[in-house]
Amino acid sequence: MSHIWPMFNQIWLIPVIPLVGSLVVGLMGRSMRRGSVALIACGAASLALLASLASFWRLLSLPPDARVLRHSLGSWIASGELSVAFGFLFDPLSATMALVVTGVGLLIHVYSIGYMGEDRDYHRFFSLLNLFLAEMLVLVLADNYLLLFLGWEGVGLCSYLLIAFWFERPAAASAGTKAFLVNRIGDAAVVVAMIWMILLFGTLDFQTIFTGAPATLSHGSLAASVLSLLLFAGAVGKSAQLPLYVWLPDAMEGPTPVSALIHAATMVTAGVYMVARSAPLFQLAPVSLEIVAWVGGITALYAASIALVQTDIKRIIAYSTISQLGYMFLGLGVGAYAAGIFHLMTHAFFKALLFLAAGSVIHALAGEQDLRRMGGLRRSLRVTAGCFLVGALANAGIIPFAGFWSKDEILLAAYASGHRLLWIVGALTAAGTGFYMFRLYFLAFEGESRLTPEAASHLHESPWSMRLPLVLLALGSATVGFFGIPPESGVFHRFLGPSFPVSGHQGGSAPSPSGIGLALAALVMAGAGILMAFRYYLRDPKEPEALAERYPTLYRILVHKYWVDELYDDLVVRPTMAGARFVSASFDAGLVDGAVNGIGSLLGSAGALLRRLQTGHVPAYVLSILVGAVVLLGYLAFHG
Amino acid sequence: MRGAGCGVRGAMTGTVPLSAYLILSAALFAIGVIGVVIRRNALIIFMAIELMLNAVNLTFVAFSKFLGSMDGQIIVFFVMAVAAAEVALGLAIIIALYRNKESVNVDDINLLKG
Repeated sequence: MSHIWPMFNQIWLIPVIPLVGSLVVGLMGRSMRRGSVALIACGAASLALLASLASFWRLLSLPPDARVLRHSLGSWIASGELSVAFGFLFDPLSATMALVVTGVGLLIHVYSIGYMGEDRDYHRFFSLLNLFLAEMLVLVLADNYLLLFLGWEGVGLCSYLLIAFWFERPAAASAGTKAFLVNRIGDAAVVVAMIWMILLFGTLDFQTIFTGAPATLSHGSLAASVLSLLLFAGAVGKSAQLPLYVWLPDAMEGPTPVSALIHAATMVTAGVYMVARSAPLFQLAPVSLEIVAWVGGITALYAASIALVQTDIKRIIAYSTISQLGYMFLGLGVGAYAAGIFHLMTHAFFKALLFLAAGSVIHALAGEQDLRRMGGLRRSLRVTAGCFLVGALANAGIIPFAGFWSKDEILLAAYASGHRLLWIVGALTAAGTGFYMFRLYFLAFEGESRLTPEAASHLHESPWSMRLPLVLLALGSATVGFFGIPPESGVFHRFLGPSFPVSGHQGGSAPSPSGIGLALAALVMAGAGILMAFRYYLRDPKEPEALAERYPTLYRILVHKYWVDELYDDLVVRPTMAGARFVSASFDAGLVDGAVNGIGSLLGSAGALLRRLQTGHVPAYVLSILVGAVVLLGYLAFHG
Repeated sequence: MRGAGCGVRGAMTGTVPLSAYLILSAALFAIGVIGVVIRRNALIIFMAIELMLNAVNLTFVAFSKFLGSMDGQIIVFFVMAVAAAEVALGLAIIIALYRNKESVNVDDINLLKG
């Protein structure tokens, strides 16, 4: 083993292993048995996790200030001044992301063995899941923006393919298209940002840009603001923030493991990762940071408010994801980069857990996703209910579960940096989070059973391959927050610290009395939300309807998700479609087709004229040859 | 043609001038062309083509004599060899045509048209 280890801690192995797994399963999986497919896919995921751990070990053996591993697989693009390498970078930030991606990814692979067990396209699913891991790892391990963008687009593609995995269902197919198209808006901004960076710095390499940025872009300059906002626009698309969040709830059409892995734990955090990675650029643009914080804060509250009234179990968790991503951006925006990434990590655990538990419920009820037809499931799904409860507590930010430590650190940082209003927004969101998480828990697992007879007969606890990841993730959700104690100077922060520029208001001091007070306040808000959920959904199940009747306008707004989908439909989709239809009818059918058909018919009629010369009458040919010869000779005789 | 070769030192010293040969040759060629154009019988057309070939042969030989070079006469042998091959081929085509069409009239042969 010891002689394999030095080879195994090569960082380029981390993305290559799942890529190979994906190719093997994708190309040969059709003729394999399901067991072999699962073995190869999960084996690739676990090898990637081992490779990440090996590199992580190597990283830890270095002194804290020199914890950067680089490896280049060679030149990718060499064009004039610009050269881009297939270069990988393994620093504390990449290491955290790689461990989260491979760790949570492995558990979700294992879960999928059971969840997708009866699916027709078993090997396609696992091939795509492995491909996603590979692309995501390229994204987080890249040492330049272009390679990051390769992974960025790769995970977008995998997301599209996996949302539309059951493409026979029109809803799934259109949800995939929607996700892909909405993401393009942000991606276009990233492309513009990259082109600009090439013009400014002549390179896309992280290190060169970040060391050169303060000299090239002065602090607070317009260029720095616009450049960082372009990057943030990409993050808004990928991480489903206002106003580009609309694709994420629809993405729930995909299989639940996909929702857990891609649309909760990993891919949607790519935007957070990119902003954190670009922290030196954002540090130069206070305006951009302010915008990041506010977009995050407003999104957090907005998505939480929608989640209050939804009835689809997966959509509630999806809106919760948007809300938690908002927290992360709030943290980044107030300069608490480590706190944002810390929340990313804890969120990966508890949100994957919530989705997988929801998937276990859906699996147990043969596809039922509507909360109104659940209830009382705790009695038959003990493991699932227990794990879900842990996830809900973590998501609601209840001490001592993971979400508490990371979320309150973000709120503290917001308060400490002088963003009092954002703190209030965050605390309100915490109350909403407590309410919707426990509304979900109570409606699904407690109280009277409202199952359809068909679902009730199908009811069964999930197989071990699904319960094991649930239990492991529940353990993680309960404990992973302890890496962040004490706030701002825990193990996690000391490890991650060298990856980020030091911002002014990140004290790293011991928790002050006011800090504890603020944490308690947020905790009380979350507790109040939970109590309200208890009162309305467990004690007086009639109450919510009465409440909805008392505030019909508010209720309608929330149930219809602020009519944003309809608004986008009217403002963007319909005009675009109408324009496209007009152009297709006028320009395409008229000018383009007209030109093509016109040339065709011109040649046709010219041919029809010329074919009359071809009589098949040999003497006529001879005569014409003769005439031609005479004319030619005459010309040569008199003009030659 | 042997008559044209009676003068040893070239046509200019002989009794018949070069122009006479050329005029005769042109006349023969014109007759051949007219035959090809106006006649309808494939065999006659065929013979008219032979006439045109031989008109050209006559020109070659006349110039060969006039210029004192053997090249023209050599080409005449080639032309005659090719003409013989052409006769074999052409007659075969005409026979095949007659078997199909019961006719050697070129007006009846017009399948190859656009």
